[in-house]
Amino acid sequence: YSQTDAEDINGEGARAIPLSGHVGFDSMPDQLVNKSVNHGFCFNILCVGETGVGKSTLMDTLFNTKFEGEPTQHNQPGVQLKSNTYELQESNVRLKLTMVNTVGFGDQINKEDSYKSIVEFIDTQFEAYLQEELKIKRTLHSYHDTRIHACLYFIAPTGHSLKSLDLVTMKKLDSKVNIIPIIAKSDAISKSELTKFKIKITSELVSNGVQIYQFPTDDETVAEINSTMNGHLPFAVVGSTEEVKIGNKMVKARQYPWGTVQVENENHCDFVKLREMLIRVNMEDLREQTHTRHYELYRRCKLEEMGFKDTDPDSKPFSLQETYEAKRNEFMGELQKKEEEMRQMFVQRVKEKEAELKEAEKELHEKFDRLKKLHQDEKKKLEDKKKFLDDELNIFKQKKTAAELLQSQAQQAGGSTTLKRDKERKK
Amino acid sequence: MIERPDSAVSSVARNLEGYVGFANLPNQVYRKSVKRGFEFTLMVVGESGLGKSTLINSLFLTDLYSKDYPGPSQRIKKTVQVEQSKVLVKEGGVQLTLTIVDTPGFGDAVDNSNCWQPVINYIDSKCEDFLNAESRVNRRLMPDSRVHCCLYFISPSGHGLKPLDIEFMKRLHDKVNVIPLIAKADTLTPEECQLFKKQIMKEIQEHSIKIYEFPDTEDDEDNKLIRKVKERMPLAVVGSNIIVEVNGRKVRGRQYPWGVAEEGIFVENGEHCDFTVLRNMLIRTHMQDLKDVTNNVHYENYRSRKLAAVTCNGGDTSKTKGQLTKSPLAQMEEERREHVMKMKKMEAEMEQVFEMKVKEKKQKLKDSEAELERRHEQMKKNLDAQYRELEEKRRQFDEEKVNWEAQQRMLEQQKLDVAKTMEKNKKKGKIF
Repeated sequence: YSQTDAEDINGEGARAIPLSGHVGFDSMPDQLVNKSVNHGFCFNILCVGETGVGKSTLMDTLFNTKFEGEPTQHNQPGVQLKSNTYELQESNVRLKLTMVNTVGFGDQINKEDSYKSIVEFIDTQFEAYLQEELKIKRTLHSYHDTRIHACLYFIAPTGHSLKSLDLVTMKKLDSKVNIIPIIAKSDAISKSELTKFKIKITSELVSNGVQIYQFPTDDETVAEINSTMNGHLPFAVVGSTEEVKIGNKMVKARQYPWGTVQVENENHCDFVKLREMLIRVNMEDLREQTHTRHYELYRRCKLEEMGFKDTDPDSKPFSLQETYEAKRNEFMGELQKKEEEMRQMFVQRVKEKEAELKEAEKELHEKFDRLKKLHQDEKKKLEDKKKFLDDELNIFKQKKTAAELLQSQAQQAGGSTTLKRDKERKK
Repeated sequence: MIERPDSAVSSVARNLEGYVGFANLPNQVYRKSVKRGFEFTLMVVGESGLGKSTLINSLFLTDLYSKDYPGPSQRIKKTVQVEQSKVLVKEGGVQLTLTIVDTPGFGDAVDNSNCWQPVINYIDSKCEDFLNAESRVNRRLMPDSRVHCCLYFISPSGHGLKPLDIEFMKRLHDKVNVIPLIAKADTLTPEECQLFKKQIMKEIQEHSIKIYEFPDTEDDEDNKLIRKVKERMPLAVVGSNIIVEVNGRKVRGRQYPWGVAEEGIFVENGEHCDFTVLRNMLIRTHMQDLKDVTNNVHYENYRSRKLAAVTCNGGDTSKTKGQLTKSPLAQMEEERREHVMKMKKMEAEMEQVFEMKVKEKKQKLKDSEAELERRHEQMKKNLDAQYRELEEKRRQFDEEKVNWEAQQRMLEQQKLDVAKTMEKNKKKGKIF
């Protein structure tokens, strides 16, 4: 994206000087073209539309080839995006074409989130490019660009107006991708209805502030045709891969009992206009707009979200790497802080648990101290009882001894008395 | 050889039945590029008086340096300056903003150490400008003022490269496309020129200097010429601002007493070709490639060196090598994730250690409790045993006591009975 201006950034003018002969730099565009042709081109189209509205058929018709895929059913749980890449060649030009289809769009009962997966998909491609662009060792030169360059929005041929799903979706997409609205299966609409339909659609888009892609009118070589075509939007198209014989030619057409709709007949539909605008005239502009407008917007928002910003124009020019470094340090600081916090928390827990266990230990010791005391008491009681018994024993012994002594004395006396008695008897 | 990035390899492509229209893409690219216009920056380096300004004027068929805008050689410089002149030229509807960067004073001093430094600084500063513009959050279309090509003038000593030449080319070959030229070739005979060229190329190889290699182009005719010229590198040039007459022809050349040396390029066998060859190769066929190599190789080298230095300072080099292929944002994300995992692991470990210690302590407590219990039980048992002993003793004692008391009572009774009987007997008169 380098642009020549008569004034460079410092505002110094470059003086124009005449050449005295043919130098040869008028071959520069050719050199550039040769380089691009050698490198090959790349183009990515996103088709958004309800199941059965004719997306696959139109793509087949536009690119004159049968792409893979089977018609999808209506029972998808959500909106998915399926992308396929094809290598095409026309004359010496190689094109890597990627077609992304929205599967299941408009099939759900609650369609509030339908646009989300589309927006996400587009953002993912931007993100991938941004990541590559920010790498230290990068290979932008050979990067396969997957960003969506054009979004064909298929409007169902109701003949009345846009569905609210259409408005909501297009509004969400208009700042992210070049939207080209087309009326699908337009052979279902009569000519007069079509004019009214187009007017209604255009006014609804305008009143809802939906920005659709305008074919560029700044280049004189194509300004006229582009501005005319801008007036024909949205294009009413018919797709068909079947051929019917008209006159002595085989043409792509749809055959009805009442007539044949010829795809490439400009009176019948706008297919040729679409092909002209999308492919033959403005393909490169679509790519350029995607890169310089939509991608830049995404990039700016993403970087601002992450906290990057340009410094004032009068101070030193913004250095992304210094900001990275600052961000990184900030970020590392945060991580370290978190680490510290966790450590602290653990220390706290350990302290608490220690205190708890110490408490338990103390209680245990107290319990056993109590028991010990009880035991001491018991022992003392026992001792007392023992002593008591011993005392009793002693008293008893004494008593016994005393009684025995008395008895033996008494016996002696009694014996003597008895003896005396006996003696007296004998006398 | 300068490493070129690989271009996309084409696989088997589908062929289309019928007209689609993207074959018109090249025209679209053509149209847009013409509208945008082109820019090119050419740097000429060499000692004063080697004919740099003359060559520029001849190459571009214009009076870039004229009386009003004198070339740097007209100005005497004490130190090496880097000066740029910007001109706008138009041809065949194509607009080119041409910047010529001159280095007056280069190699002119007595001590030329580091005289390449201002040149390197200039080239780097242009890359830096581009990098800063590219790195802004709010980007605008930025002009490309990077140096796309550096013509290095070798003075025709006839012997070989001077140390200054080698030093300069070695330092600049990975910053800019270097194309060496032999200046003032009319002071060399064809044989001397031949030898000189061989010597120079030999020395260039010896010192592993990577000069710009003109790659083949699309056109076979061009390629034949390119290959022929490549064998004669470096090109020996003669420039002139003055028109002289030779055999009735008006040519730009240098008039000597012994003849006129026409301006142009000297090739072997005295074969002389005019500047058309150099002009063609530099401008008509390879200008875009020079810009591409500058953008894809030299600038990317500068950028990755600059960014790597900033984001990986302090880290060990083995780790940073792998980090170079990731964008810094992704790198931060990864570091964040790594750190989260590390923290989780640390937390789990600490938790484990904590649990283990708690278990240990609890176990100890339990053991302690059990021990105390046991001891208490033991003591209790002891005590109980003593109690029972006491009880037994008491019982025995009580029994004995009771027995003895019973005995005593019996004895008492006996005594009483005897006494009673005696009393009875006494009464009966048996008492005498």
